[in-house]
This record gives sequence, structure tokens and C-alpha cells, in this order.
Amino acid sequence: MALDSLKTDGFKQIGTRPNRPDGLDKVTGRALYGADVTAPGMLWGVIVRSPHAHAKIVKIDTSKAEAMDGVKAVVTRADFSDAIQPAAGPRGEMWNVLENVMAGDKALYDGHAVAAVAATSQLAARDAAKAIVVEYEVLPHVTDVDKAMAADAPVIREGATEKSVPEGMHPNVVRYHESGHGDLEAGFAEADLVIEDTFKTEATHQGYIEPHACLGTLGGDGKGELWCCTQGHWNVQKVCAALLGLETSQLRVTASEIGGGFGGKTAVFIEPVALALSRKANKPVKIVMNRADVFRATGPTASTSMDIKIGMKKDGTITAASGLFRCQGGAFPGAPMEFTAMCAFAPYNLQAVKQTGFDVMTNRPKQAAYRAPGSPMAAFAVESVIDQLCNQLGLDPIDTRLKNASREGTQASFGPKWDRIGLVETLEAAKAHPHYSEPLKEGQGRGVSCGFWFNHGGETAVSLALSEDGTVQLAVGTPDIGGSRASMAMMAAEELGIPYENVRCTIADTATLGYNEISHGSRVTYASGLATIKAARDAVKKLCARAAAKWGIEEDAVKWEDGCAVPSGPNAGDHEPLPLAKITAKMGATGGPIVGHFEATPEGAGVSFATHIVDAEVDKETGKTTISRYTVVQDAGKAIHPTYVEGQFQGGAAQGIGWALNEEYIYGEDGRLQNAGFLDYRIPVASDLPMIDAVIVEVPNPGHPYGVRGVGETSICPPLAAIANAVSAAAGVRLKQLPMSPPRILAALGTHD
Amino acid sequence: MSKVHVTTHINGDEVDFLCDPRETVLDVLRDRLGMTGAKEGCGTGDCGACSVTVDGRLVCSCLMLGVEAAGKEITTVEGIATEAELHPLQQKFIEYAALQCGICTPGILVAAKNLLERNPDPTESEVRYWLAGNLCRCTGYDKIIRAVMDTAADMREAS
Repeated sequence: MALDSLKTDGFKQIGTRPNRPDGLDKVTGRALYGADVTAPGMLWGVIVRSPHAHAKIVKIDTSKAEAMDGVKAVVTRADFSDAIQPAAGPRGEMWNVLENVMAGDKALYDGHAVAAVAATSQLAARDAAKAIVVEYEVLPHVTDVDKAMAADAPVIREGATEKSVPEGMHPNVVRYHESGHGDLEAGFAEADLVIEDTFKTEATHQGYIEPHACLGTLGGDGKGELWCCTQGHWNVQKVCAALLGLETSQLRVTASEIGGGFGGKTAVFIEPVALALSRKANKPVKIVMNRADVFRATGPTASTSMDIKIGMKKDGTITAASGLFRCQGGAFPGAPMEFTAMCAFAPYNLQAVKQTGFDVMTNRPKQAAYRAPGSPMAAFAVESVIDQLCNQLGLDPIDTRLKNASREGTQASFGPKWDRIGLVETLEAAKAHPHYSEPLKEGQGRGVSCGFWFNHGGETAVSLALSEDGTVQLAVGTPDIGGSRASMAMMAAEELGIPYENVRCTIADTATLGYNEISHGSRVTYASGLATIKAARDAVKKLCARAAAKWGIEEDAVKWEDGCAVPSGPNAGDHEPLPLAKITAKMGATGGPIVGHFEATPEGAGVSFATHIVDAEVDKETGKTTISRYTVVQDAGKAIHPTYVEGQFQGGAAQGIGWALNEEYIYGEDGRLQNAGFLDYRIPVASDLPMIDAVIVEVPNPGHPYGVRGVGETSICPPLAAIANAVSAAAGVRLKQLPMSPPRILAALGTHD
Repeated sequence: MSKVHVTTHINGDEVDFLCDPRETVLDVLRDRLGMTGAKEGCGTGDCGACSVTVDGRLVCSCLMLGVEAAGKEITTVEGIATEAELHPLQQKFIEYAALQCGICTPGILVAAKNLLERNPDPTESEVRYWLAGNLCRCTGYDKIIRAVMDTAADMREAS
């Protein structure tokens, strides 16, 4: 899209802060989430899960369960498609999903599904699940990323390794990435100071408050209906159809309201199981996961082990940088090691850089995307080393980052030349923010970090239908995960020149629109927003055509202004402006319904950068950290609804605080998850946090008509590093492992063994 | 297992139901009475999404058995608004975007209303500690705390 077609000011709706259209539903309890619907004759499904980290499934005896009162169906792997075969690389991904949804020959992690049962009540189904007897032959397991790469590690699965992996590596290393440019050796030789260090992060869970839930019905005729909480119902449709051997279009999927996802609801877990049970029982089946199973069997992000080496001159110029990123993503390929590697040095304009990534399998649940997958961990490692360099060379952390910052036209660490980007603007805004110059109190430390995320476009279809009364029914296909209905309605109203309240935005089911990619990659306001604007422009064109026909002039002699068709100039004749509602009132007789469409794969998602400032205090007796002040500065391109943009900034920072300080998957020697609940996996609560200041920077994205950049993910990229830098300053010792829990801080201080 | 007949009051109405002695108040509300405003986030009393009040006391309905509801007065999120209008907290939550996904919102509203009934002029710390049993994963709590504080200020001015 040409830059001159960008509209960045003169808006009536964009940049205002109206109430969200689904607000009343959500404050009264009326909104229907995944677990909130029932169907006549409905059964409840419960999934039986492996208690072992790695075990051969010798035998599953379902006879006792099947004989119990109220039990209507039991399924195992035999009830899913046998047409899906394992393979290395992307061709094998559907098999990976199937294997994760229901184990085949082996249970690969604690919590892996091995069977499921449907009964007339949830209690009856739970009792029956306990009566299913699974005989296991326990195998050696490994859950740590470094140990899984060692020569003596048990092999999770032979044949999963891609060709790109260098010879001689353990078969658990399944994918490899390498990128960069320049002469590293010469770069490091030029440096006045080179720091090389190793960092580790633990797996964390997205921690959405709504457990996965679905209600499915599937008949012997291969036709099905599915209701579920998901970030992408077309993907659910595609995966379920494949796993059950159905024709895709015969399964209609409706996305419920979604109680948080953060990437974790981009994957499919229970939906095919509910459909398989339904097909067998010939009744609708509802499955709602419990929290322990959510922790054990869905979502976590990769854990990492990272080696970073950066060279710097006395004046702050970075001369070379390299990173090695080992990411474990559970018992399947897919840990986001290429994103980790590619994001690591993205904020910096480097003459010599190299990043290497390893995707490592372990006996843990299949990792799922979590908000900018890979980037937060990479930033933690890289920005910690930059902080060390600044400290040792006596340099200001923001000035040093500004000196090396990526700008329009510089070459990205992972290859391409940057388009228009806003990193420098976030750094300058952070430097000018009162937070940065506020004197620190005794015992406090201040940390700064930058963060980067690519953002994404993806397949998108939108339909905008006009009603006779001039109101608008906008159908989008991206689940509204945090207020996007408001942004969509604002963009439609802006284009059409009508009040915001006149637009009703609905999340359409899979039968209503063409394929819409998942709500991921911070793509919704960008891609569905762009599609909404284009669909509105399509409707406007059709409205103008109706006016032209009425006035007996050429279509291009009519233009759209303030919600009315008007003659485009004096030559078009003298006609009264024709408001939208007057055209739609007569549309049945003037050519039929007016509907605007847009279907495409927008590819201009502008990248997004952020700079965070955080003050932390460390209690040296207990090791407890308190975040005393937090400021997020991020480039939103153009904030459609600034309040919800701030909300994304604040939410990402809060999740980052949890990740940095408390959250981690803790596995015992037996390979079992020891903290599968919110009591022991402690996400931040209200009394843990300060207010989080959110500063919106707007450097327009040339790839969106209004300049929008996605904002959802970048906000979690800087916090781990910014907090580590603040805590290290406050504690007087460098913290290199997350989370920086009290025992780890005490160990680093040497006051605790 | 044979079911128990229970008579109680929910949001001012007399309600009776049969429940398995193992079922919680949350199970009864959601699966027997079709009141799905209270959410199950954990089932172990850690997240507060199922918050209701029982005789004026804030409880996690997943931690109380259905049979224990006999003779009590239960209030849920469905009982916060009147027929005519939303409660000021509900209005303010929408206005401030104090919800993103909205799954924790029913529990937080029940808890916040209970706080303001006890303490019409809470400090920020008091609000944060009162709501510490209600997890929100989307917002970072900033806008929630502001919405509760500002509602309290409005309600004090109006009274």
C-alpha cells in the first residue's frame, strides 16, 4: 500500500473511547462462554490421562466403565482417523496434533490423554473415567531442555528430526535454525568489552481463567456442530475434520465468547474427543477441562537455555552479537526457536550478528503459542547482557539502545531491511518520561528493556450487510478476545460516516464466512480491521451506484461524504445528499440487498517495538521482589480504541511480571507436574502489582489504511529483561534464571543454600 | 447416589433443587439452575471467578456444597443489576474497559460490590487486597482498580 493512501488524522471515530458493544453481556453474566451452553439429551465427557511422563500403553480395559449406569460411549485412539501418518517437518503436524489429542502407543507426558468416556452426568462420567484401567510400561523420561540434548537422554520419538539439524545431534533435537550476517570474529575483535553468558527460563502457562470447554454433536451421516472457546474456529473445523475423517464443510463450528487465550487457545485439544464420543453415543457431548488438566495437558510456552555473546565499544556501539537458543516444546516438534532467534537482536542495527536455534523434544505437554512466542525469553537473555555491558562501561541504557537502534532502512538481524518502524520513538518517549528521571529510593533498582514482535496478517474474510433501516451487520471471523468488536465497529462507522452504535459486530461461524485464520499474531485489529475498512468501502461503492442510478448519472460522478452519497462535482448535477438510510430503505426495489465484502491475505502487518521501564525492590532477607513502578511505551501505529490498546500494554506487562518473578512449571524427579493449580502456579494477583503506566506511540504502519500495528504481543517482550535488570540492580547481583523467585534470589545473594 | 432436596433463596427468589451431595453450589447454579454467570476457573477456590455472596459473605461457590445452601440467601452476578439499570460498578467497568475477555468479571463485580457495601471509601491498597482472591489474566488490574475506586467516589457523592 502506498504511503500517501494512509489516513492518519481527521477521524470522527478512530481514537475515541466508546463503550464496547458486548459490555452489558459481560458485566451481567449474560455472555455465553465455552462451558455456558447445553443441548437437549447432552452427555458429559471426561478424559482419562496418563500419570506417567513416558510410558508404553500396554492395554486399556474399558469394560468396567462401559458397564456402569449412564455410560454411553468410550473412545480411545482407535476411534480417530488412521489416515494420518507421522512425518518429520510440517507434513507431520496433523499427526502430532492427533497424537497429542489422544495418545497412540505411548503416553508422552504427565497428563497425556489416553481414553475418554461420555455419560449422562459429569459425576457419572468422572466415576466411569476412574474405572477405565490402563496398563502402562513405564519408560525413562526427560523434562529438562539441556538434559534432553545430552547423549544419554531417552529418545522421545525416532524419525521426527528435520534434515536441517546438523549431524551428530541427539534425536530429540528435531529442528534447527541459523541466520545472521557480517563477520563475527572481526566484530568481537573490534570491541572494548565482550560479555558472554548463559540464561535459562522455565515454561509458563498462558493462564487464561477459562478452562477449555466445548459442546459437540456428530451424527453417523458425518454432519456435525461444535461450540467451543477458541481463538480460531476455522482451524478447529479443519483439524477436527481431519482427525475424525470428515469433510470439512460438514462440520460447522461456532466460537463462544472466549475467556482468555494468549495463544493457548490456538490449539485443538478436547474438541475432536467430544465429537468422537458424540459420534459413538449419537448424542451431544460436552467436555469442560478442569484446571489441573489445563496445566498438565495444554499450553505451556517453551522453556529455554540460551548462550549470548555481545561485544561493545566504550562509546556504546555494539560491534558483534551472537546467540544460541535451545527451546524445548514438549513431546512434539514446534518449540518457537526460530522466532526466539529472530527476535533476539531485532531491536539493533548490527554489522555482525548470528543466531542459532534448536527445537528440542522432552516429556512435557506440547507447547502452544504464548503471546509473541519466543521473543520474551530471547529479550531476557540479550537485554540482560546489554545491561551488563552498559553497567561495566558506565553508559546510559536508553542512550546506548538509541545509539544502536534499528531504524527504517537498516538491515534486520534476521535479514530484511526495515520498513517504517517506531523503536527510536519508543526509546525517546521512554527517556522523556518522568519515570526515567525519578530518583530511586534506597534499595530500589531500575531496569530498561526493548522488545520486538513481527505481527501477522493472515487469511481474512469479512462481510458487511446493510439493513433497511440503515444500520449495519458486520460479520468478522476472528474471535473477540479483548474488545475487538468495538474496534471493528469503529472502523466500519468511520468509513460509512454513521454512528458507532449503528454497527453490530458479530463473530460469524464457519458456515457464514470464508476461512479466517486464528486470532493470533496480533492480527485482529490489523487484518480484520483492514478487511472491515475494505468491506465498508465495497458497500460504499454499491451505495454510490444506487445513488447514481437514481440521479441518472455515472457511478464515478458520485462520492461518499459524512454518511451520504453526494455528487462528486458541479458537472454531476445538483442533487440533494442521499443518506445511507434513504438508500437502504429502497434497496429491495433498486437492485436488492447491499453487502460489502473483503476476502484476502493482507501482508502488510507492521512490526511493533516497545520499551519498558521498571523499578523493583528486593527484600534481601526473604528474597521477595516488589515492583514499585512500571511504564510501558509501545508503538501502536494508530490506536483505534486507545483504552483497549492501553489494556493490552498493561496486560502484557502483568503477564511478564508473573513470568519474571513467580510462574514456572515444576517437574518432580518422576516427571510429574507438581504445581498444576493456581495456588502453586501463582499468577499475579491485584495486590502484587502497581498501576501500570501505558504510553502509546503512533508511528503509522504503511500496510494498514489507518496505520494500525498489532499491539497484543509486543507488550510481553520487554518485561522479563526489564525486571531482571531492575532486580539485578536492586539485589546487587546478576539474575540469569527465571523466575526470579525468592529462593533463587536468596541463592544468588549467597544467603541461602 | 440419591439426591438431596434443597430449598434456598437466590437473588431474592425462592429456589429449590435436587442435587447430588457431591455437587457444589457452583455446579448447582450452572448445571441445575442454568445460571451460568458464575464461572469455574479452577474448582479449588484459587481464582474467584465463581464468587457469590451467601448471607452477605463473599465465598467461592466452588468450595461450598449445594446441600449447604439450604435456608441461605445467595447473590450472584445475575442479581447485581436491577430490571431498570446496571449497578454503578457494572457501568463503570464498561466505561473504563475494566474487562478484556470478561471471564473474571462476574466474580470481580460480586467481590467489589461486597467490598463497597462494607467499606464505601476504600484505599487503593484495600481494593487490591480485597480483590486479591479474584484472578484476572488480561488487564493487569490497573483499570479494574480505577473502576472500583471511581465507582466508590461516585456512590459516596450520590449518597
